Amino acid sequence: MHVIVCIKQTPDTAARVDVKDGHVTWGDAALVVNPWDEYAIEEAIRLKEKHGGKVTAISMGPESAKEALKTCLAMGCDEAILLSDPAFKGSDATATASVLAAAIGKLGTADMAIVGKQAIDGDTGLTAIAVAALLGWSPLTFVSKIAELDPAARSLQVERLQEEGKQVCAARLPAVLSVVKDINEPRYPSFMGIRKAAKAVIPQWAAADLGMDPATVGAAGSTVKWPAIYPPPALEANVEMLDGTPEEIASKLADRLMANKVI
Amino acid sequence: MANIWVYIDQFKGAALAASWEALGAAKKLAGELGGGTVTALVFGQSVAGAAAEAFTYGADAATVCDDATLADFRVRPYAALVVKLYREAAVKPDVILGPATARGRDALGMAAVLLKTSAMADGTAVAVKDGAVQVTHPAYAGRLLSTLESKAKPQVITLRPRAFARPEPVAGASGPAANATPALTEDEIHTKVIGYAIDEGKVSLADAKIIVSGGRGVGGPDGFAPVRELAQTLGAAVGASRAAVDAGWIPYAFQVGQTGRTVSPDLYVAAGISGAIQHQAGMRTAKTIVAINKDAEAPIFKLARYGIVGDLFKILPALNAEFKKRLGK
Ligand SMILES: Cc1cc2nc3c(=O)[nH]c(=O)nc-3n(C[C@H](O)[C@H](O)[C@H](O)COP(=O)(O)OP(=O)(O)OC[C@H]3O[C@@H](n4cnc5c(N)ncnc54)[C@H](O)[C@@H]3O)c2cc1C
Ligand SMILES: Nc1ncnc2c1ncn2[C@@H]1O[C@H](COP(=O)(O)O)[C@@H](O)[C@H]1O
Repeated sequence: MHVIVCIKQTPDTAARVDVKDGHVTWGDAALVVNPWDEYAIEEAIRLKEKHGGKVTAISMGPESAKEALKTCLAMGCDEAILLSDPAFKGSDATATASVLAAAIGKLGTADMAIVGKQAIDGDTGLTAIAVAALLGWSPLTFVSKIAELDPAARSLQVERLQEEGKQVCAARLPAVLSVVKDINEPRYPSFMGIRKAAKAVIPQWAAADLGMDPATVGAAGSTVKWPAIYPPPALEANVEMLDGTPEEIASKLADRLMANKVI
Repeated sequence: MANIWVYIDQFKGAALAASWEALGAAKKLAGELGGGTVTALVFGQSVAGAAAEAFTYGADAATVCDDATLADFRVRPYAALVVKLYREAAVKPDVILGPATARGRDALGMAAVLLKTSAMADGTAVAVKDGAVQVTHPAYAGRLLSTLESKAKPQVITLRPRAFARPEPVAGASGPAANATPALTEDEIHTKVIGYAIDEGKVSLADAKIIVSGGRGVGGPDGFAPVRELAQTLGAAVGASRAAVDAGWIPYAFQVGQTGRTVSPDLYVAAGISGAIQHQAGMRTAKTIVAINKDAEAPIFKLARYGIVGDLFKILPALNAEFKKRLGK
């Protein structure tokens, strides 16, 4: 099995994000591997441990994203590649997916690509389906369990989360999976892994290396633009504290919720 | 003039409320764009009922594909059908809308790629600018809002469940329904649905009007009992913080927050939840928030409309008794 994980570097979830001059800022908060992607990395490593083969982590992003790729190597991925080119800036979901798909195509031997459910900066959640559409691979989103995988028979069976519960489905390899938190408990990087990652040289591929015309990627190749980004209107602190005995409190709350037709 | 298609998300023939919310948003947009036809796309098996219902929620027309290959949702045949209908349409839609449910995101996300554009995902507001639709999308877990625009035709947009009002149904409304044939045959679909593991009889978190959630403060799996009892009385769904899920007290499917579900109920009752930023990410758009916490300094009180400082094991049963009485249960 050759499994590709697609990861993104994002500000830490606890970062205080703000907007300055139209750009998102996060002070000196750390940049981390997008939390959802940790599940993707863990699942890929588990598949390798069970079925053999290797895991390649790829990320499209700026030079700084090499740090996130090093975290992947430290966790146990075998190789990492940064997809970076000024021309990639401003890519929408399809343009991003086309770069990832081109890199997966160039790697050639992959059986599966695993991504996180969504990236916590854009909160878009379109990458898996877009990569699957572009590669023509089996699309399996919101996967909470890989129940069976038979690399020789090129088949797998997964559980997927939907509004009503879990859908169990069988599909063929190659496949693109997006995974949810339920799927596993990501490991911490090992000491040996961190040492190995610190020394690793991460290759960098630009549009030309992927055989891509710069006009088809980045802002130039994207139909969706985001002309504005801004903090939401501040919530007015208008909490009314209810006190008394539990019974009195219950009665006060019921009065208010019913008067406001909440109930 | 703008024609809008609305993807109706359904499960076993029953449409999700979020589909009607999307239909309501489409009607409003069509009006603002100078009029036009709003067509419901109803795909599945035994979906005549859902198609009929679409008219009562305001659809001007319906395109129905009732076929065994569509009985269970699989993204390829659904997306391919949207694309086929688009290519064949004499009058093409300017906008394709749908709910940002698991299925809606996938079907329209893939259809957008096949139509050489990108979907604008998970909108919480829409507006018309220069004859096209602008979408407001929460980013960074709701801490920022971004405005999305697309010059593509069609504009493909998914809308967050419960962010838009559900229209009042008009009994007896009807309109023209066209039948469509599937885009793919069973042989061309390589994914097979084997079955479902469904929590029967429970209110689903995704479209619940009321949610009662428990956090680490419930202290253990049994601590969810008073949470469930109040939820039952209120006809509410049960939710949980990640701390409670990670402790193994309740399954992940109940988790609300950045790495769980995003919900927008009318009423959210948080019991024994501190209100960490990652929990807020999933529930801050609830219309009314009630916080029960024994720590008066808990951040959840900054978000709440009504705050109760106290022990949830005393407050929840008292609330349950009171609402039982008031609701005549
Ligand atoms: C990447 C990442 C993603 C995350 N995603 C999520 C997510 O999706 N959802 C989520 O919820 N969290 C998420 N978290 C975790 C989040 O940061 C908090 O740790 C979590 O929300 C805390 O849960 P809690 O409020 O139940 O627990 P605590 O913060 O421990 O709060 C428990 C509260 O219960 C109160 N309490 C205790 N006993 C009682 C009692 N008897 N009566 C009344 N009150 C009582 C306490 O005063 C306290 O305020 C995420 C964290 C990270 C780093
Ligand atoms: N620039 C990128 N490079 C690599 N992977 C990405 C990139 N953007 C998104 N992904 C992957 O796609 C998932 C979903 O992201 P998104 O569709 O942007 O919400 C993320 O969890 C990542 O696994």
